[in-house]
Amino acid sequence: MSAADLLTAAPSREPARHSNFTRVVIYGLLILFAFIYLVPLVVMVMTSLKPLDEVTGGNMFAPPHHLTFDPWVQAWGEARIGVSDTAGIAGYFWNSIKMVVPAVAISTFLGALNGYVLTKWRFPGHKLVFGMMLFACFIPFQSVIIPMAVILGYLGGIGNSLSDLTGYSFGFGNPTENLVIVHVVYGLGFTTLFFRNYYEAFPTELVKAAQIDGASFFQIFWRILMPNSTPIFIVTVIYQFTNIWNDFLFGSTFAAGDQSPMTVALNNLVNTSTGIVEYNVNMAAAIIAAAPTLFVYIVGGRYFVRGLMAGAVKG
Amino acid sequence: MAFLEINGLRKRFGSLEILKGIDLTLDKGGFLVLVGPSGCGKSTLLNTIAGLESISSGEIRIDGDVINDLHPSKRDIAMVFQSYALYPNMSVAQNMAFGMEMRGVPKAERDKAVAEVAKTLQITHLLDRRPSQLSGGQRQRVAMGRALVRQPRVFLFDEPLSNLDAKLRVDMRVEIKRLHHQTGTTIVYVTHDQIEAMTLATRIAVLKDGELQQVGSPYEVYNSPTNLFVADFMGSPSMNLIEGKIARTNGAASIVLQRDGDQPIVLPAPSSANEDKLHDGGSVIFGIRPEAVSDPESADRHSKSVATFNSHVDIVEPAGSDTFVVTKIAGKEVTARMRADTDVRPGQNVPFAFNLDKAVLFDPASTQRI
Repeated sequence: MSAADLLTAAPSREPARHSNFTRVVIYGLLILFAFIYLVPLVVMVMTSLKPLDEVTGGNMFAPPHHLTFDPWVQAWGEARIGVSDTAGIAGYFWNSIKMVVPAVAISTFLGALNGYVLTKWRFPGHKLVFGMMLFACFIPFQSVIIPMAVILGYLGGIGNSLSDLTGYSFGFGNPTENLVIVHVVYGLGFTTLFFRNYYEAFPTELVKAAQIDGASFFQIFWRILMPNSTPIFIVTVIYQFTNIWNDFLFGSTFAAGDQSPMTVALNNLVNTSTGIVEYNVNMAAAIIAAAPTLFVYIVGGRYFVRGLMAGAVKG
Repeated sequence: MAFLEINGLRKRFGSLEILKGIDLTLDKGGFLVLVGPSGCGKSTLLNTIAGLESISSGEIRIDGDVINDLHPSKRDIAMVFQSYALYPNMSVAQNMAFGMEMRGVPKAERDKAVAEVAKTLQITHLLDRRPSQLSGGQRQRVAMGRALVRQPRVFLFDEPLSNLDAKLRVDMRVEIKRLHHQTGTTIVYVTHDQIEAMTLATRIAVLKDGELQQVGSPYEVYNSPTNLFVADFMGSPSMNLIEGKIARTNGAASIVLQRDGDQPIVLPAPSSANEDKLHDGGSVIFGIRPEAVSDPESADRHSKSVATFNSHVDIVEPAGSDTFVVTKIAGKEVTARMRADTDVRPGQNVPFAFNLDKAVLFDPASTQRI
């Protein structure tokens, strides 16, 4: 090795040694916090795979002796939810799916449409309208419950009249559809905010070019805006899905009995005050309740950070 | 009748008037360049022709039809944007065909038109690529291709070359000029670059603060500017504008330019000036382009009137093809264009030849041409 090589090699080695130490500290902390975050999940999974006597008699952190999937089967199809029902949480799981999918789809689509109009088809007073929609993000859930109940009651009345007239209520008054309406209304503020900020940075010249090319309002939306909105789409879907799936307050207020969503059913299962508390079944049910949001994060997670950044930094 | 006609066009944003009564005409196959400093309203004017912005009053006609209130897509125009505005989710071919697709042209016909234009622009090999996979020059070509493929009545270009680097800009300029010759299309082109305006246009419209300053051929605008603004804006290096006084002796008018610590320069009034407006003792601004000020050997031999005098050299700027020599007259820096191999050094007292055929006079009060 020549003298010149030594000269050039020496300085590059010094920061490397320094960064090794830093790296150990960083990774050490990351592992520690990952551990803290993961312990509850690990305990949940382990508990759900143990028979009940092992749960009540053993150590919470001990791995299962006799591996069993019975608690899962029970939680899904046999557990007693509330007072009388013994069909497990399966039905409630589907209630939640039936509520979440349309609510997420409609609120995301309307948010995209709002964002498009508020940035590319500005009208006098567009700032005021956006400000008011933004305000929806700051309204606490609790404060809208009573007015919402009044409106839903009114819609139920319409449903009854329609039922009398045609024999079919067209979904008015159905608890699941009521929850869809509530979540769409409540979510619109957020979805509009997301899409407006994303489209704000979207080049207006593309819209002008499409106008000259003869594309209509909706053609521009479908053909130009939407195909270029994947990141913000995924962000909005994850956000809305998580919020709506995890909602308990609206679910417990506006839906009752076997129409309840998953979160309410889980509460009813866990809060049973009669008999023995079946921790293993409760844990299995809780994991099932959390699974869809986990799934959505795993599938769309990498877009989440990317999409949140996209609005923040131009280009 | 002119192909494109703009009559008394005004555009207001609230109380702010952006375009203050524009009258313009362009013949079929003409190349009109709207040029002016930023904020002069040239892009707004182009957008009103495109229909992307409404007008407050006035009228726009294409081939006799009033198009004021038509939707942009119904005006039979195509536009090339500064950012190219290519749809990022579509291939080059889809980008080019989008306008025809929206108009319900059958697929076979679309493909044929795209293939033809792609061949003219030499972008056939790019047709399947996405815009993000193209270089700046290629995107520029695709943007032009998208405009060409529909064969509209008028093409609008909004500063199409300003995002390209200097070398590519010159290449594309030639390309656009060739395209205009080949296809004979009618073009309205916005730029702030006066060289682009000079080289491309068959007709130049100079704008300032929403008002037309001058409309004419590049030769007219360059050689007989109607006011100080046009004289100063067009040409690089810009025109020398020197303050002077008028002196009339025995009926003949002459221009007197004062100098610090030296004899004043007395020049006969240029033939282009209106004699009746030259009053004895009146102030005047004497304008002469750098290429009309030279060393006596390279002065224009066909000129009817050349005045030569000595002056001190301030700065020498060799530019390769020419050497620009700066001297001070009447407190103003005056640039002369001399031969590339001129042996002139700062501080020397050398002869400068003024070609007065090319000189123009302005009224300092009204800034208008005399």
